[in-house]
Amino acid sequence: MAQSFPEDVLVHVFSFLNCDKDRNAVSLVCKSWYDIERSSRRRIFIGNCYAVSPEILIRRFPDVRAVELKGKPHFADFNLVPEGWGGYVYPWVVSMARAYPWLEEIKLKRMVVTDESLELISKSFKNFKVLVLLSCEGFTTDGLAYIAANCRNLRELDLGESEVEDLSGHWLSHFPDNCTSLVSLNISCLVSEVSFSALERLVARSPNLKTLRLNRAVPLEKLPNLLYCAPQLVELGTGVYFAEIQSDIFSNLAEAFLGCKQLKGLSGFWDVVPAYLPAMYSVCSRITSLNLSYATAQNPDLVHFVSQCSNLQRLWVLDYIEDTGLEALAASCKDLQELRVFPSDPYDAEGNVTLTEQGLVAVSEGCPKLQSVLYFCRQMSNAALVTIARNRPNMIRFRLCIIEPRAPDYLTLEPLDTGFGAIVENCKELRRLSMSGLLTDRVFEYIGTHAKKLEMLSIAFAGNSDLGLHHVLSGCESLRKLEIRDCPFGDKALLANATKLETMRSLWMSSCSVSFGACKLLGQKMPRLNVEVINERGPPDSGPESCPVEKLYVYRTIAGPRVDMPGFVWTMDEHVSSRLSRATE
Amino acid sequence: MEKTPDKISSAAEKNAVLNLKETELRLGLPGSEFLDKKATGFSLFGKDLKDETNKNIFSGAKRVFSDAIDGSNKWGLCINGGSEVDLGKNDVLFSPRGANGGVKNTNILQSSHPAKEVPPQPAKGKKNENGGPSTTPASKAQVVGWPPIRSFHKNKLNTNLSRNNDVAAGKSESSCLYVKVSMDGAPYLRKVDLKTYCSYAELSSALEKMFSCFTIGQYASHGLRGKEEVNECHLMDLLDRSEYVLTYEDKDGDWMLVGDVPWAMFTDLCKRLRIMKGSEASGLAPRVIAKCKSQH
Repeated sequence: MAQSFPEDVLVHVFSFLNCDKDRNAVSLVCKSWYDIERSSRRRIFIGNCYAVSPEILIRRFPDVRAVELKGKPHFADFNLVPEGWGGYVYPWVVSMARAYPWLEEIKLKRMVVTDESLELISKSFKNFKVLVLLSCEGFTTDGLAYIAANCRNLRELDLGESEVEDLSGHWLSHFPDNCTSLVSLNISCLVSEVSFSALERLVARSPNLKTLRLNRAVPLEKLPNLLYCAPQLVELGTGVYFAEIQSDIFSNLAEAFLGCKQLKGLSGFWDVVPAYLPAMYSVCSRITSLNLSYATAQNPDLVHFVSQCSNLQRLWVLDYIEDTGLEALAASCKDLQELRVFPSDPYDAEGNVTLTEQGLVAVSEGCPKLQSVLYFCRQMSNAALVTIARNRPNMIRFRLCIIEPRAPDYLTLEPLDTGFGAIVENCKELRRLSMSGLLTDRVFEYIGTHAKKLEMLSIAFAGNSDLGLHHVLSGCESLRKLEIRDCPFGDKALLANATKLETMRSLWMSSCSVSFGACKLLGQKMPRLNVEVINERGPPDSGPESCPVEKLYVYRTIAGPRVDMPGFVWTMDEHVSSRLSRATE
Repeated sequence: MEKTPDKISSAAEKNAVLNLKETELRLGLPGSEFLDKKATGFSLFGKDLKDETNKNIFSGAKRVFSDAIDGSNKWGLCINGGSEVDLGKNDVLFSPRGANGGVKNTNILQSSHPAKEVPPQPAKGKKNENGGPSTTPASKAQVVGWPPIRSFHKNKLNTNLSRNNDVAAGKSESSCLYVKVSMDGAPYLRKVDLKTYCSYAELSSALEKMFSCFTIGQYASHGLRGKEEVNECHLMDLLDRSEYVLTYEDKDGDWMLVGDVPWAMFTDLCKRLRIMKGSEASGLAPRVIAKCKSQH
């Protein structure tokens, strides 16, 4: 079939396609569209760095400007993935340094980043602009010094919640005096004090600075200096929010905030002294995003502050807010879309605050736009969940953590199957679900039947048998990520749904009942999956084949088995038996 | 869904089955049965416990390190219990194949207490109407990675709360304290949450399991006794004989031998742990002894 449009026209048309889904669809139409699309794709997102290799990436997409990579599985956040597992960015940086000299953006999540990688990034890409490191680790402040010193056009440096070996705060002084391009700076994860005068000068010479998240070491008394240098700030993360109670500190602070007319987001608040919260009242009505998850203020100070923010769309807060605070929130913040309530004392079985299911029910009733919830509490009932589900059919993300594993409905002592069933049945757009409490195979039947748009599911201490897992794998059509811990799921459901795993990004199962034999079989039969067994206590073949593996991570890949595994990770493929016997010789 | 009268009993039945199934399917980690059966008597810190009386190392100690260790401090050496397998495994573990393995820092402890993960009985109510004692003691051993809070957040909050403790009276200390553990010669660090242990015994046992893959050396106990004098010569003997000792960096930045203070105080003082070769640690001892002496 003759091509209707010249290549130039197609390139121009494709330039309006920014979303990967559309570009992927376009590239399947015919060979010439594939070729045009691949040479014009500038932004790449790789949700699992081991699903593809740098070489494959570069071969298909020759001129990329922005790369986003994710490494470790999500459960690494909770220390379930042993150190040394993998997720190294260095090989990617090496390859991209050769192939993409015009690369501008690197965004990484849960990857191991070394100072060497940072140095290479800073020296290889002349137009480098954006570095975002979320939940990464492996680098020190020396690596940051390279970025500061060499990236002339740096716009964004976001260290997220990375674990940085903090040797000193001196790195910040490496930003040259003629660097004026900063738009976003997030150093909140760092411990060491940076030179305040260097910071102040940097902020003062960055007229485009919109986001500034300080670290705890920046004292409250000095915050006004920074605010005066950057009245155009849209997002501010304070340093420590603690000082001796002095009226001049308060008035300085209040006056400085008065000048911040663009401020929409607030975070930080370490060691918060409630007496200083009112200094921000002048900005509260414009605030749409508020992260108080480190603020140990209690009611009434806490709820009073939050209630001032009538335009709030996103609130992250500790359970000090209590049911009463959430009821007030429901009454005053009608635009609320996202609520996260974290436990102040997660290991205390009884809890020290009055935060129950009632708070969440109140918010679900009072906030019509509520669509994203992460809630830690100590009791829940089916009735509450049913109410929440009926109130909020528009829910998209629902993550509930009842602190005690396998806790039943506290009113009836029944499993919470009905409640979560109501959630998936009513919330037809639900994309993400995390469950807790006492749950039987029945809840998985509900999920398999109703949760057709569900993309990510997290399960812990739930279910009775393989049937539960089978319901999920066979019923959830949109499932991309499944993570399971401490559930009695075993071989049968996994093997029966092996082909489903190729349609997903990844499956994680730890402390379940999947046998070594089944893992081997899965790995041998499914060459397009990497089936990785993590056994820290010793090789998986040291016991019988029926012995359960400690942890299992299965993901689809076109890059074959990885070559950077530590000694406690084994890939199950046709070579696994010989590899294991060699290792123990 | 309608609540039927036999719903609760069937739930209880199912749960009974669940518990049975748990046992059947061995949800405990593989090798845990090996740990019980194949105890070989290696111990990190608790060897020669019967000789406790001569272990008068530090003065001023309020609690005895080896005292805290159960007399039956036997532990199995990994899964196979054989040293030759360990050596083989050493090779595997020490050669991370392929690209940059430059992992610099922290590491994560895997649960060393599978036996302690007792699932709470589902039928029990949270609020006991009869006023009887709650069946969930607050000091129960924690499950790794539960509740699912990022350790980053926990640690940052920790320092918050301990500071606010001065301000808010009666607030319980938050309960998570990750410290790095390094071992001389091991290729990567680990991280442990000190609050998951109640005693030196538990800590030592956990560390043994974690690092047993790297060494099969024998360890001396440097347990302490009440108010006895520091016996410098004795300490030197011990350190010379042992292959590794456990040391920690305290809040002053000094490296101390583990076991010199009561456990509860230790969790406050300890910033990081290091399993050091005994020969290196002997340089440590005089300073330690001096510090102890200076405290009296």
